[in-house]
Amino acid sequence: MDHSGKKTNRREFINKCYRYSVAVGVTGLVGGLTNKIVAKDTVWQLDPTKCTQCGKCATNCVMTPSAIKCIHVYDMCGYCDLCGGYFRPNSKELTTGAENQLCPTGAIKRKYVEDPFFQYEIDEELCIGCGICVKGCGAFGNGSLQLQVNHDLCKNCNQCTVATACPSNAFTRVPADEPYLFTGYKKQ
Amino acid sequence: MKKWLTLITLFIAMCLQGVEVGAQQQQRFPKPEFESGYTQPVTTVPAARADFLAYLDILILIGALALISWLILKKRSRRGVTWVSVFSLLYFGFFRQGCVCSVGSLQNITLALFRPEYSIPLSALAFFVIPVVFTLFFGRTFCAGVCPFGALQDLILLRPLLLKKWLQKLLGLIPFLYLGLAILYAATATDFIICRYDPFIGIFRFDATFTMFIIGGIFLFVSLFVARPYCRFLCPYGVLLSWVSRVSKYHLTISPASCTQCRLCENACPVGAIQKPMTEKNMESRPTAVKRFMLLSFVLPAMVVLGGWTGANFHERLSAVNPKVQLAHELLAGKDNNSGEASDEVTAFRSSGKPVEELYSEAAGLVREFYWGGWILGGFIGLVFGLTLTGLSVFRYREEYSPHKGECVSCARCLAYCPVSVKDIKNR
Ligand code: SF4
Ligand code: SF4
Ligand code: SF4
Ligand code: SF4
Repeated sequence: MDHSGKKTNRREFINKCYRYSVAVGVTGLVGGLTNKIVAKDTVWQLDPTKCTQCGKCATNCVMTPSAIKCIHVYDMCGYCDLCGGYFRPNSKELTTGAENQLCPTGAIKRKYVEDPFFQYEIDEELCIGCGICVKGCGAFGNGSLQLQVNHDLCKNCNQCTVATACPSNAFTRVPADEPYLFTGYKKQ
Repeated sequence: MKKWLTLITLFIAMCLQGVEVGAQQQQRFPKPEFESGYTQPVTTVPAARADFLAYLDILILIGALALISWLILKKRSRRGVTWVSVFSLLYFGFFRQGCVCSVGSLQNITLALFRPEYSIPLSALAFFVIPVVFTLFFGRTFCAGVCPFGALQDLILLRPLLLKKWLQKLLGLIPFLYLGLAILYAATATDFIICRYDPFIGIFRFDATFTMFIIGGIFLFVSLFVARPYCRFLCPYGVLLSWVSRVSKYHLTISPASCTQCRLCENACPVGAIQKPMTEKNMESRPTAVKRFMLLSFVLPAMVVLGGWTGANFHERLSAVNPKVQLAHELLAGKDNNSGEASDEVTAFRSSGKPVEELYSEAAGLVREFYWGGWILGGFIGLVFGLTLTGLSVFRYREEYSPHKGECVSCARCLAYCPVSVKDIKNR
């Protein structure tokens, strides 16, 4: 049928035009983005200097428990006996009794070093990233306890749900080869 | 001269020392000098996933796409598609656990286009572009079995129910709305809603909030009986791919040679993409076509304007989700009544020392963006409505049973129904 042949020909031609315009569109898109493409992947990290320890890191991560953990920057620690991150503000005695501990999960381990110094170590398995100890250490101590996204546990969501919820805008995408933003760390 | 130089260096050194002293003074309790030979533990942190693995992902994506396109178009093998689906489900789904996926990457693209401060990782761009390019040539072979979401739904499909045409068309409008909203919210840097409301990611990770688990469970259950509910009635990337696939160069055909109109494949398609032949006499006469064209050229723009106007009217509702706008509202409300607890956001904002006026002007700018975004989104939805209606009333001449190139996901199920084989034709 001559008539239908003409029709399919025309349709094929239109399709071809569309095909080329899609190709041009995609090329244009890539071209338009060239100076914004970074070869390196990015991961999520929070800036501890912006963090206000609101507690959302513990509750808003897609993982349970949260992929955000407290880390201890020993270089900044004063090894205090009365640790603002370990003890509740009005603890009667400085003992490791559960009633004295700030951490809701007992994730901080206090160890005697020498008089009058104590080492504090975080048990990552237990830490839920609530930031209570971070707040305490920041208020009464040196600020050596800091929250960080732990990249063993983090799934690197395309959009971190904690980043959206964070009231302090502490989260940014950082290059994957320098994935931590904690402060006060002296490289040996 | 030399003297000067030494003086300057000394001065700089002193300044630096001063800075160092300053930094040390910030430390309330100086680090003790231990006498007992205690060695301080090193703060160790796990490294992030190595970069080359991201490139490996891209290579695997290309490989899987090439393989599945070959299996569908050359081998015409449903079994091959199943195996690639299993692989994609395991690798992109359960092993890589979803991120970054092609569906979500369209938000990264939008964000990079609209926000100067965001630069896009190569892998996100690649995950967006590569399937589009493959679709342009081979149809939606990505959907067939490389997309982990599609693969998951396809593999568990037990007994497909065919939906009524009108229902299929009606539900098929949802992805356009979802696409529009996702772009609007990504462009205003509000949120990535596709990622937030992804029903399957929680299943891949065995970890999600209760509601997301329920939603994922419902989707899985429905997928047992209705083919690919997410792909057809939600997936925004599917919208883009179906546009591209309509003009694809080598799309799959049901019959390997020419259709004999035996009607065996008529009900074979689980997504209802097979179109019956359309003969001349079923088609409308020229005068009615012209009349319809006149009507459409009036109705379509009207629908676009109406949609745009509605969208613009909703802009405040739409913008209320944006955290910055929310904060500005809260601060404004707080001015009137200073009572009550300040929210975390307000507290954090106050302690950041940023001037309120700056926030207000930023928020006002965002609301303006939402206003125009509302116009565009609404207009787009109006256009899609109009075009869908047009599509329902336009008949195109067609000699063969053929898949609708936009709706067909190239699952290759229908191929086995066709009795025509290439060998027969050669023998003839
Ligand atoms: S959500 Fe933000 S402010 Fe709250 S604890 Fe986490 S980083 Fe800190
Ligand atoms: S107080 Fe919270 S952040 Fe600190 S160690 Fe305990 S669980 Fe982790
Ligand atoms: S990127 Fe995902 S897994 Fe990582 S911290 Fe954010 S929400 Fe948690
Ligand atoms: S290949 Fe396309 S037309 Fe055939 S059954 Fe699958 S989706 Fe339907």
